[in-house]
Amino acid sequence: MIVLLAVVAGVTAGLVLHPTVPLDLQPYLPIAVVAALDALFGGVRAWLERIFDDKVFVVSFIGNVLVASLIVYLGDKLGVGGELSTGIVVVLGIRIFSNAAAIRRHLFRA
Amino acid sequence: MTPESDDPASVDDTPWRRVLRALRARPGRSQVAAAVLCGLLAFALVTQAHSNASGSGLSTARTQDLLAILADLQGRADRLRSQVSTLQTTEGKLQGGSAGTAAALAEARARAQTLAILTGTAPARGPGIVLTVTDPRGSVPADELVDALEELRDAGAEALQLSGVRVVASTAVVGSAGGGIRVDGTPVRPPYRLVAIGDPKTMASALAIPGGVVDTIAGMRGAQAIVTTSPSVTVSALRPLATPRYARPAPTRSP
Repeated sequence: MIVLLAVVAGVTAGLVLHPTVPLDLQPYLPIAVVAALDALFGGVRAWLERIFDDKVFVVSFIGNVLVASLIVYLGDKLGVGGELSTGIVVVLGIRIFSNAAAIRRHLFRA
Repeated sequence: MTPESDDPASVDDTPWRRVLRALRARPGRSQVAAAVLCGLLAFALVTQAHSNASGSGLSTARTQDLLAILADLQGRADRLRSQVSTLQTTEGKLQGGSAGTAAALAEARARAQTLAILTGTAPARGPGIVLTVTDPRGSVPADELVDALEELRDAGAEALQLSGVRVVASTAVVGSAGGGIRVDGTPVRPPYRLVAIGDPKTMASALAIPGGVVDTIAGMRGAQAIVTTSPSVTVSALRPLATPRYARPAPTRSP
């Protein structure tokens, strides 16, 4: 319940405050969001499999975001930022899909 | 929220019941942590989506992409600029060329007309005089008519015609054995009619000076010279254009 409330609060804050993304963060925010989504799906799946641990969830959430941002940063420094961002999105997308499939199997038995 | 601590007895529960129970459960430490992170995620997601939608795409583009776009646009601008200059050059050439051609053509036409009048290959019209010499007894010699022609040329006559024969620079007026004269080989009999285009007053006074052409002819037997000025006389006799056999145009410095 409190999770849903937090989501609603976040969306509302984003819509109301209209924050402009700082220039330095602009390349990293989309990748960080995708990484966080991956962590979120992983957490839901773990909870359904009764192995959810809040410490693991927090660490994986933050770790995912940091690692994704670091890879993008390194890619920018190496001159392959665009390609690496695409690669990260692909990998995280695959993980999100597999997690979503596991969740679906748990909830619908299909 | 951890199922083991929440409800150890519900191991066989369906996942949906667990979801409902979790929604109704009192927030624990793990739920707060998850909620904070999920709220952050939602906030970031909305922010990112918003900045993506509000920008034209360039503000969120990466440096390399921007550089590529910039280089692309610069290349296109360069190409278009070179096209513009090429087309402008062509336009200038065409305009200058057509203007020059038209001007040269007009000038050439004017010169050709002037030359045609001078060489007698074109009819001419303008203010002038008509000198009529009546000579029923044939007492006016050819040199008197030559005098009249010279007098008219001195007075600025530009086109001359003597009894239907165009008078040009090479025209010869000679006496004929059986009376009358020959103008360029064409026999002409009196009365002679000399048409001259030029300033009528100047030519009339040149002919009428005391002891001049009119006086001299009037002193001959039965002969009379009458000068009439007119604002418009026509020299209609033509002279065939003789192609030079030996002379060729020499290159001249164009003006």
